[in-house]
Amino acid sequence: MTELAYLVQNWQDIVRFSGEHVILVAIAMMFAISTGFPLGVLMTRYPELGRPILGVANVMQTMPSLAMFGFLIGIVGIGRPNAVVALFLYSLLPIIRNTYVGITNVDPAVREAAIGMGMTDWQLLWRVELPLSMGVVFAGIRVATVIAVGLATIAAAIGAGGLGTFIFRGISMVDSGQILAGAIPAALLALLADFGLGRLERRWSRHRHARETGDR
Amino acid sequence: MGSPDVHATSVIEFTEVAYRAGPVSILRDLSLSVLPGETLVLLGRSGSGKTTTLKLINRLLEPSSGMVSVEGRGTLEWDPIRLRRHIGYVIQEVGLFPHLTVTDNVATVPSLEGWPRDRIVRRVAETLELVGLREAEFGRRYPAELSGGQRQRVGVARALAARPSILLLDEPFGALDPITRREIRCEFRNLRDHLGITMVFVTHDVDEAFDLAHRIGLMKDGLLVACAPADEFRALDNPEARLFLGTEDD
Repeated sequence: MTELAYLVQNWQDIVRFSGEHVILVAIAMMFAISTGFPLGVLMTRYPELGRPILGVANVMQTMPSLAMFGFLIGIVGIGRPNAVVALFLYSLLPIIRNTYVGITNVDPAVREAAIGMGMTDWQLLWRVELPLSMGVVFAGIRVATVIAVGLATIAAAIGAGGLGTFIFRGISMVDSGQILAGAIPAALLALLADFGLGRLERRWSRHRHARETGDR
Repeated sequence: MGSPDVHATSVIEFTEVAYRAGPVSILRDLSLSVLPGETLVLLGRSGSGKTTTLKLINRLLEPSSGMVSVEGRGTLEWDPIRLRRHIGYVIQEVGLFPHLTVTDNVATVPSLEGWPRDRIVRRVAETLELVGLREAEFGRRYPAELSGGQRQRVGVARALAARPSILLLDEPFGALDPITRREIRCEFRNLRDHLGITMVFVTHDVDEAFDLAHRIGLMKDGLLVACAPADEFRALDNPEARLFLGTEDD
């Protein structure tokens, strides 16, 4: 029960660190989406680019996060920029992959019909492929965000703040109250991101399909 | 080869066309012309080269040698986008856009062509009417809310919307149940007579071929083995033709 007491007593710090945490993830995701999504689209247009792009993104993904943060110190120093770059790199793969998979999985008959009726490649992409793959794209963003929320806790090790601050402090002081003060909000944030983005994703995958059934 | 020599007026013209996919020869030595207002049915087994022939017309494929011309111009000289918007194309799987309503599906080419809105609206209703669907009832539905036959009708309406002068159909009724198939075929025949546009229709169904064709072109292993007016086709002394006529299965 002392753990619970710690949480209650330090709620202001919890809110502040949660805020830092969310900002880290949000900035990283903004960059990851605005880079990963176009890269995924590009791969569908130039399949020969696919292997190298996915290869690089895959390697990023397999690198242990602590090593990644450490490695980036040499390039961007410590603190938030380091954390944002690392989270960005980890988020790329799911977004690129899902964009690519979503577009390439569009029914070939639909694509053939679109080309056969004289759509340019750009029209095919905007009018057909993107609307039909948005659900899968959002799934990628959701997965990437959940991963980033978890990884951002480790960013405290390089001085980027966030909920990991509690956890690392708790570990060094062998204080489970402090560890929980970081871990519980971090878990809740991940669940929240999963839930919220999951709803967006479902809205897009149902996107107008049978929405108007019986409504006439 | 066996087709009447009326090059001057033909709408679609194949001149010694071959198509190879890598080392594999799909189509050989195809010469053929389609006349204005004519319905040419390409009949043949799977893999005989019918679909390839069709795709050469709207330049979804380009000939490895020889020349395909549409309205007197080689398909390679056409801007492919212009060429395709000029030609209606219906495939067996229809390929309706699942995220768009029936109305928006049918409006696709007119809207790509930048028609004014009121003209599109009128044309969509008119084209749906042509294929036996009331816009008021079906216009706002999504493809998932249609039966197979209705979907196919929308596919035909979508292909006709921008008033193409040529219609290409690749086994359009192939995925339908036999009853719907017969119904829709009968309607399509009336539509054909009503529109009077040039059509190339691919099928492996002999009944369908006889019902719809002015001329039937029989394909086997990438060769056009016979091409004759529908009423002369039965008299052809060709083993593949006899095989088709003898086994009239579906």
